[in-house]
Amino acid sequence: MNRPLRRVAVACLLLFGLLLVNVNARQTVLAGGYRDNERNTRVLVRNYERERGAIALDGPGRTVIAKSTRTKGPLTYLRTYPSKSTFAHVTGYYSFIYGSAGVESVQDPVLSGEDSRLTFTRLSDQLAGREPRGGDVVLTLQQGAQQAAVDGLAGKRGAVVALDPRTGAVLAMASAPTYDPNRLSSFEPKEIRAYRAQLLAKGAGNPLLNRATRETYPPGSTFKVITAAAALEKGLTPETRIPSPTQLTLPQTSRPLNNFGGEPCGDGSTSTLADALRISCNTAFAQLGLDLGVDAVRAQAEAFGFGDSTLDGVPDKAVASVFPADLNQAQLGQSSIGQFSVAATPLQMAMVAAGIANGGQVMRPYVVDEVQAPDLNRLSGADPEVYSRAVSRDTATALTGMMEQVVDAGTGTSAQIPGVRVAGKTGTAQNAVGAAPHAWFIGFAPADDPQVAVAVLVENGGNAGSEATGGRVAAPIARDVMQAVLGR
Amino acid sequence: MRDGDAHPRAVGDAVTAPAAAPVLPGPPTRRATELLLLVFALGLSLAGYTAVGLAIDGKVPSGVAGYGAGLGALFLAAHLVVRWVAPYADPLIVPCVALLNGLGLVMVRRLDFAEAADVRLGNADAARADAPLQLVWTALGIALFVAVLVLLRDHSRLARYSYTCGAVGILLLLLPNLPVLGRTINGARLWIRVGPLQVQPSEVAKLALMIFFASYLVSKREVLSLASRRVAGLQLPRARDLGPVLLAWAASLSVLVFEKDLGSSLLFFGIFIVMLYVATERTSWLLIGLGLFAAGAYTAYRVFGHVRLRVDIWLHPFSDPDDKGYQLVQSLFGFGTGGLTGTGLGQGSPDKVPFAKTDFILAAFGEELGLVGVMALLVVFALIVQRGMRAALGCRDAFGKLLAVGLSFSLALQVFVIAGGVTGLIPLTGVTLPWLSYGGSSVVSNWVLVALLMRISDAARRPAPTPVSPGAVLAALEDAETQVVRR
Repeated sequence: MNRPLRRVAVACLLLFGLLLVNVNARQTVLAGGYRDNERNTRVLVRNYERERGAIALDGPGRTVIAKSTRTKGPLTYLRTYPSKSTFAHVTGYYSFIYGSAGVESVQDPVLSGEDSRLTFTRLSDQLAGREPRGGDVVLTLQQGAQQAAVDGLAGKRGAVVALDPRTGAVLAMASAPTYDPNRLSSFEPKEIRAYRAQLLAKGAGNPLLNRATRETYPPGSTFKVITAAAALEKGLTPETRIPSPTQLTLPQTSRPLNNFGGEPCGDGSTSTLADALRISCNTAFAQLGLDLGVDAVRAQAEAFGFGDSTLDGVPDKAVASVFPADLNQAQLGQSSIGQFSVAATPLQMAMVAAGIANGGQVMRPYVVDEVQAPDLNRLSGADPEVYSRAVSRDTATALTGMMEQVVDAGTGTSAQIPGVRVAGKTGTAQNAVGAAPHAWFIGFAPADDPQVAVAVLVENGGNAGSEATGGRVAAPIARDVMQAVLGR
Repeated sequence: MRDGDAHPRAVGDAVTAPAAAPVLPGPPTRRATELLLLVFALGLSLAGYTAVGLAIDGKVPSGVAGYGAGLGALFLAAHLVVRWVAPYADPLIVPCVALLNGLGLVMVRRLDFAEAADVRLGNADAARADAPLQLVWTALGIALFVAVLVLLRDHSRLARYSYTCGAVGILLLLLPNLPVLGRTINGARLWIRVGPLQVQPSEVAKLALMIFFASYLVSKREVLSLASRRVAGLQLPRARDLGPVLLAWAASLSVLVFEKDLGSSLLFFGIFIVMLYVATERTSWLLIGLGLFAAGAYTAYRVFGHVRLRVDIWLHPFSDPDDKGYQLVQSLFGFGTGGLTGTGLGQGSPDKVPFAKTDFILAAFGEELGLVGVMALLVVFALIVQRGMRAALGCRDAFGKLLAVGLSFSLALQVFVIAGGVTGLIPLTGVTLPWLSYGGSSVVSNWVLVALLMRISDAARRPAPTPVSPGAVLAALEDAETQVVRR
């Protein structure tokens, strides 16, 4: 019996060999992936033993919007957000059950003190017997603009993004409905779970979703700015007369395309490009898109950022806005006025406004202004970066003039600010059959010296229902945000 | 210090011939080695116990002396009894088991702390301190270890009770299915309720059935190894001899069907096939067994939702990480977070893995002691298994040989099944990790398993009591003398 016995002994060794090889793989090669998995809260628990850095706003007084306070208990430091839900989608939350999100997640190396730039501070803290703490993150957001955005969205579903067109700095980023990160970051697991269940409940509108960067909507008439830009780049001028029939029957379809309310534009046959934009003439822009061709419209959209899924740092990754592939002529006509399956994030539309405001150059958007060591020494600062040259300076100037007319005497008059020249474009986007359209407004101010570009989206027109138009619902919010930035 | 006073006495013992040995000095018993290793195992356990206290409370735990004294007394009792009634038994087995048992206690206590903290946090409703109870179970296990060694002086006497053992084994397996007595815990019906205690009879059934298998196979090995014809270089057994293996197969499957206990089912069948193979020396039995296993596994996968679920989780643990895959995902997180050297005892969050004290205790070790610790534990298990196999090789009677193979292999297979399960190597099946996992039935029955191994090992290493000629006596005496001088 000894021969099979020896074989069994060897087989047992093989079984242990398999176990050893497997556990070696799991604890070395694969270990990093397991350790850093967002569902793995183990490292997080350890992080509560160290004072986490603050998230603050730049400017006088240095408003702290996320900080760690010492408590008694097994988890030492409690994360609190003094302004409650105001900055929720930017700061994110820091939960020992559900991990972290937003700046808390993206800037975790700095905030937790694990960043390599903080190695020296960490060592000297240890040598000196001081309790090590994380570095601070200063954001580009402005308290006033953010407050105006949050107030404007109150009771609605939608998003606001405000950018500094000269740098790409995000001045305001709000998404509604919102949530209170304090309640996800507390030490009460039952309360945290209950609150999260409430946030994820049907009908709650998914408050954890950052609608400004992580959701796309049909941009509606705001997309006409892009179609107009493509036309201007092709050599048209604001005064060029283009066909603007009361009804346009798109190729291969029998259903005619109407203007808003079925009204004619201009004299019912042609109007200038500027006029067509001012009154947001659907038939004119659908025909214009057909004349320009699908490649020109798509190229223009992509020059502003459509189709780019790599946009990061706002505060985390933004989803790509979509200009659909393989359009037939009818679909191109629809797409040229921001319908069919064109879809854009509010951030993307803010980048369109900012690019025009900045003389045709789109700046890469960012939310982190500065990273500081615990002693407030600057570790690194934002370095504004050109994202793309979307249109020529001439086209940008022409478009600015056209967009000013929209606010002065077109569909966007509710965005007027006394004493300031405002440029803008409204949008009223059909989405689902029977649902009220989404209300949009993109714009910037002052038109002659742009300091703020903004995009506002209100899902299904907010309270205004089917009566909603971008001009009535979205433009006033944009106005308040721009006013807050300009200090008027 | 215990170390100081124990050591010289041990050396003295080794120099003077052991009292229980025959007149002629036999091969060295190595009992002093065993004692030294036991002291080392105790030291490691106490160090672990202290480390947990230091990490969690910041001070040396007050109970360390009592814990050390209690565990030390238990280990010493085991050692002295081995010295007395099984002096030639393998010196490595008991220290290895003691080390595992001691470290298991440390980890269970560490998880007690974690549960208490969870209650303070409001994460859990109630915590129970399981470590003291586990110490009681350990004491009971070692008491039974002592009892088996003292009462069973010759393992072949067990063969007399083979059919009784078989019947008891089957009965114990069926017990959880009875109404009132049986308890379903976590979807598996493998528990019975005795007063306030939950007992897992399959652990005891495993031992009883192995005794039955061994004696049955020894008596039938001639018949079972008869070949009918050769197919492709393989000697196939006669068709009518397939009866027993089919019966074992059906019994294993019924454990799976009625008790939903995938792990035990696998264990029983694997042990039976390997013992059959060793008894008959016929590779064909092994292949027939593997074929039946494959067929059974495939059918179970197709028919039973819970089996399919286990396989799906194993293949894609991260497809449902918050619900179905939660246990395995958290276990893998534990291993990953531990990395090479672990977080240190008391400094990780091993309680995040469900059933960390029982089935998933290896994940707790993986997180806090890292790859180094897990590898050390696995090597200790491998050592026990290989020493058991050695005992089987050296054993002079077929019954003892077969029983030792069964006991050692069952240990290896059980460790493989649960350690492989929690590390994602194979689909997870719930069995305990011997001596490390919390659980009375497991600790007690595994100490009995060790007692049987020690008994067989003693018989294997004991010099043969053959009558010798005066010349041989002289030669032996000379031999002995050289040995003493060399020391």
